Amino acid sequence: MNIKYYGEYGGCFVPELLIPPLQETEDAMRNIMPTQKFQDELNDLLVNYAGRETPLTFCPTLSKELGFNLWLKREDLVHTGAHKMNNTLGQGLLAKYMGKTCLVAETGAGQHGVATAATAARLGMKCVIYMGAEDVERQAMNVMRMRVFGAEVHAVETGTRTLKDAINEALRAWISCQETTHYCFGTAAGPHPFPELVAEFQSVIGRETRAQCLQKFGKLPDVVVACVGGGSNSIGMFRGFLDDKDVRIIGVEAAGTGEPGCFNSAALNLGSPGVLHGNRTMLLQNEDGQIEPSHSVSAGLDYPGVGPEHVNLMVTGRVHYGMVKDARALAGFDRLSRSEGILPALESSHALAWVFDHPDELPKGGNVVVCLSGRGDKDMGIVKKYLGAQYGFGDESVEG
Amino acid sequence: MHILEQKIRAAVEEGRYAVIPFLTACYPDEDTFWQAMVEMDACGADVIEVGVPFSDPVADGPVVENASRQVLADGVTLKQIIEGLKLRKGFVQAGLVLMGYLNPFLQYGFEKLAADAAEAGVNGLIIPDLPVDEAKPYREALAAKGIALIALVGPNTSEERMKLYAEVSEGYTYVVSVMGVTGERSAVAPMVASTMERARRCFSIPLALGFGLSRPEQLDVLPESARPDAAVFGSALLTHLKNGHPVSEFMARWQK
Repeated sequence: MNIKYYGEYGGCFVPELLIPPLQETEDAMRNIMPTQKFQDELNDLLVNYAGRETPLTFCPTLSKELGFNLWLKREDLVHTGAHKMNNTLGQGLLAKYMGKTCLVAETGAGQHGVATAATAARLGMKCVIYMGAEDVERQAMNVMRMRVFGAEVHAVETGTRTLKDAINEALRAWISCQETTHYCFGTAAGPHPFPELVAEFQSVIGRETRAQCLQKFGKLPDVVVACVGGGSNSIGMFRGFLDDKDVRIIGVEAAGTGEPGCFNSAALNLGSPGVLHGNRTMLLQNEDGQIEPSHSVSAGLDYPGVGPEHVNLMVTGRVHYGMVKDARALAGFDRLSRSEGILPALESSHALAWVFDHPDELPKGGNVVVCLSGRGDKDMGIVKKYLGAQYGFGDESVEG
Repeated sequence: MHILEQKIRAAVEEGRYAVIPFLTACYPDEDTFWQAMVEMDACGADVIEVGVPFSDPVADGPVVENASRQVLADGVTLKQIIEGLKLRKGFVQAGLVLMGYLNPFLQYGFEKLAADAAEAGVNGLIIPDLPVDEAKPYREALAAKGIALIALVGPNTSEERMKLYAEVSEGYTYVVSVMGVTGERSAVAPMVASTMERARRCFSIPLALGFGLSRPEQLDVLPESARPDAAVFGSALLTHLKNGHPVSEFMARWQK
């Protein structure tokens, strides 16, 4: 294998039994992905099935309030409601070219699971989703959507019963079913070649955004902002601008409830280097190297690690990684919804909140692009729980 | 010859499989664990693998994972395991191997780990999430202290990759019997024979078969050319101990 590292981060730390399917995936990246046939078929799916290209939407009200031009890259408009499908269509199609008949995937909140299930249905493949038992309970509607698409959904009862345990279980399952099955990994993390594979499929976000900026305002943006959990929407956006030294790039992590010592999902800001899920990265862990539970109000950011390329971008200083607390993300959610009639996912609300809360760091009259990675419809239960009173719900709002 | 290889070769010369029990450190509780170590040794264990717990054990089935979780909840740490072994240095005749995932070893500090483990009488390390492609610096740090990094290979490991491992391995090689995780299984999978024969062609050091084993009769179905030098059993033993049965009863199955 030709294992990719991003500075000192990345790598391929998996049991030997997983090396052959990872090698097979790496071979397919090299031999199948660049072919015109594959690219044409993927492009057709992205355009005619998933709804690309997505708009770059100007926000008139907020721009006036903030004193700079705020633009949103509308990944919320991609089929199934988030950027996840850029990756699942790419990997699903690649798997099909590889002769696989089944996709296995992990999911946290369920967005990646839903996108994988829809992709499998579209491509005529089987689909098996592993989801933490706690997430299965919290995200019943997404479980329903996956099952409607024909996927088998397994509730994972081990460990913290959330995303990281779902990844463990999906990796275990892949050991035994690798002959027929591709592991459609959901974010730009995990063992080589997944960080690179997922980043390549997500880089359509940055490519489109760059061209749209040049077309709409005749130059590159001053600042680009995206939320970072595992970091796939953000790396997809950032890759469009990494070589443009004058474009300031901001990644936003979830700080959780925000009091000192609280559970959070800010592995870059608050973690330390280690190895989990096949790659060397920054991790939330204790001094004995045991992985700590993560927390965020947005389930899609709730992960104790982060993609290795982000660590390198932080170390080299190319990207600044900030943090936003649960309450500020909810405020950002509310502000965008009211001001512009766009319902952002709570994940994307972290990126918005950073922009709303740091106006002094942003150039007056400049152009700021935020990656709106997903839509907020899936978050209504959580929003009702936290902000219900504000929207006219009484005490029953605590039921969530 | 590495001491672990010597231990296994000695058993083979006696005309039997070398016996390698695996036990998660401090499971089901500290006293039972240390007592079980002594009993396993007395009952003829040639090498003992001590499991170092990790929160995310991707190569393990439910029995080892649950044992790992339980001892983590009891507060067991790698530091404590190494200190426990240091305190009892020389208490077993069997070779000693630590088996655990990379991250806890990394956070301990790999150089320090090699030194402390050697001082505690550890002869080998098994790190399931460290394939040969990533292993070099770690293997060298261990080798400097006489500790072998034991390779794991399986049914889907090609001859080409087995040779990569063979070039750098010492002690013994752990052959995974199934395309799956650790855990007791009633029968040995049919592809074991071809895996074992391929491994035999590639490795000159002894081969230990593991994942799914509980009794020696499981190996009798294999053609002679595919029989291992040693058998590793973990989940079956953990379950046996958890149910309060004596170590000697389990080990007796393996004494010929």
